[in-house]
Amino acid sequence: MDLTAQLIGGLGLPPFLVAALAGILPAVLLITFMALGPIVYVYAETKIAGFMQDRIGPKRVGPHGMLQTVADAVKLLFKEAIFPASADKFLFTLAPCLVVVGAFLSFVVIPFGSRVQGADLNIGVFYVVAVSSLSTVGLIMAGWASNNKYALFGAMRSAAQIVSYEIPAVMSLVVVVMMVGSLSLKDIVEAQQGGLPYWIVWRYFPLNVILFLVFFTATLAECNRAPFDIPEAESELVAGFHTEYSGFFFAMFFMAEYTEMVVLSAVASVLFFGGPLAPHMALQTIGGVGLGPFWLIAKAWTLVFVMMWLRWTLPRLRVDQLMHVAWKVLLPISLALVVVIGGLTLVLPRGFPVVDRIVGWPIVLGIFAMLVVGVLRAVQWSRRRIQEMAA
Amino acid sequence: MLPSYVPVLILALVAIGFSAFTLGLSQLLGKPRPNPAKNSVYECGVPPIGTARERFPIKFYMICMIFILLDVDAAFLYPWALVFRDLGVFGFLEMGAFMLLLGGGFTYAWKVGAFDW
Repeated sequence: MDLTAQLIGGLGLPPFLVAALAGILPAVLLITFMALGPIVYVYAETKIAGFMQDRIGPKRVGPHGMLQTVADAVKLLFKEAIFPASADKFLFTLAPCLVVVGAFLSFVVIPFGSRVQGADLNIGVFYVVAVSSLSTVGLIMAGWASNNKYALFGAMRSAAQIVSYEIPAVMSLVVVVMMVGSLSLKDIVEAQQGGLPYWIVWRYFPLNVILFLVFFTATLAECNRAPFDIPEAESELVAGFHTEYSGFFFAMFFMAEYTEMVVLSAVASVLFFGGPLAPHMALQTIGGVGLGPFWLIAKAWTLVFVMMWLRWTLPRLRVDQLMHVAWKVLLPISLALVVVIGGLTLVLPRGFPVVDRIVGWPIVLGIFAMLVVGVLRAVQWSRRRIQEMAA
Repeated sequence: MLPSYVPVLILALVAIGFSAFTLGLSQLLGKPRPNPAKNSVYECGVPPIGTARERFPIKFYMICMIFILLDVDAAFLYPWALVFRDLGVFGFLEMGAFMLLLGGGFTYAWKVGAFDW
């Protein structure tokens, strides 16, 4: 925000215009990023799904099928939106808007760099939690307004699920706030300065990794992603809360889901992986240009990739198993972590002295490297297979 | 220079404008051609029986109530977490007592079977 103000200020415009532009330009940029993002994510998801199921994925439209999602979006835009006769028209229209706005709003506090941030709210973390629950209201509204039993049940289940997983997520956020002593996302990033070994995941070595896993599982469930995609379980509930939606009204829910995935991944990367900070100080800037946005988006997209990967690896949970995981596994763990890490923060405010700096990250980097090698080998294998099939 | 919540407001307005604009555009581009069969509620192709304005299981209410309790507690934890370092051992013990009560209630709800779906 201030950065934009300074950049525009150089043009010699009248002050009120500078103030207006400094507010509107970042908002428009963010909206463009969020509105066009799903096109990329859906393409990535179809390609990854294809790869994991040993198929090719989209291929016809554009080079490597890259324009497939653009074509889908255009098709959805031109499709007729059906309003069921018995639906509550006003709420039926309002619901997708609410879901999208709720998903978009959290983006404003994400720090893309030390100075690239929509707004550095002093209640940042709390704001994210509050705003991202707006979409729950949207979901219930959609399910109820449709006046369809499947939609209503999908909405109720998804609300129950989001609400259940909200608590472990909020509790694990409390722990991070406790360690840093600030709710502002900017301060949380600054507390992790110094490169890879100083990121919050490695502090109190295995504890914060567990904390991150609790948070990540909870966010996965809050995005209604597999294995927690009960609300959209085709075999039970048709399409859940958006059964009655068609055309771009349906696309709005889709967009919100993907935006929420990216937002929560970005939040997770800010809280645990240093956000816009590079793994090594030397990589923070290249030729005076800050690489903060690059690092943040790279980290967030890595987490989004993990979400997509899990979708094709794990089977869907049943509703009772889902509730079991939330209330009887994640919640006790997160409550215990609040107390244990809280006590440790009092005794050792900077984390365990040596272990944190040298044990955690090499293990995780090793796993990451194995993952990358595995993916590369799988790609080679599938290339070879395609050639064999063609021959 | 701007109060810190102005960007949030601007983004909210732009987001509302964006969703209103795209939904309006799609209404203009895809002309609605309603007919009774198309506009009936989807129920696997058969005529719908009754409406969806029905009662639903009490489990949802249980989850909802426990959620409200725990969420309010979590909201109480945030201010504590903020000043946690300054409060020192005293604050930690105080919150330990609070967490103990919370944990007691949680265990009770668990034993009573509130989490058995």
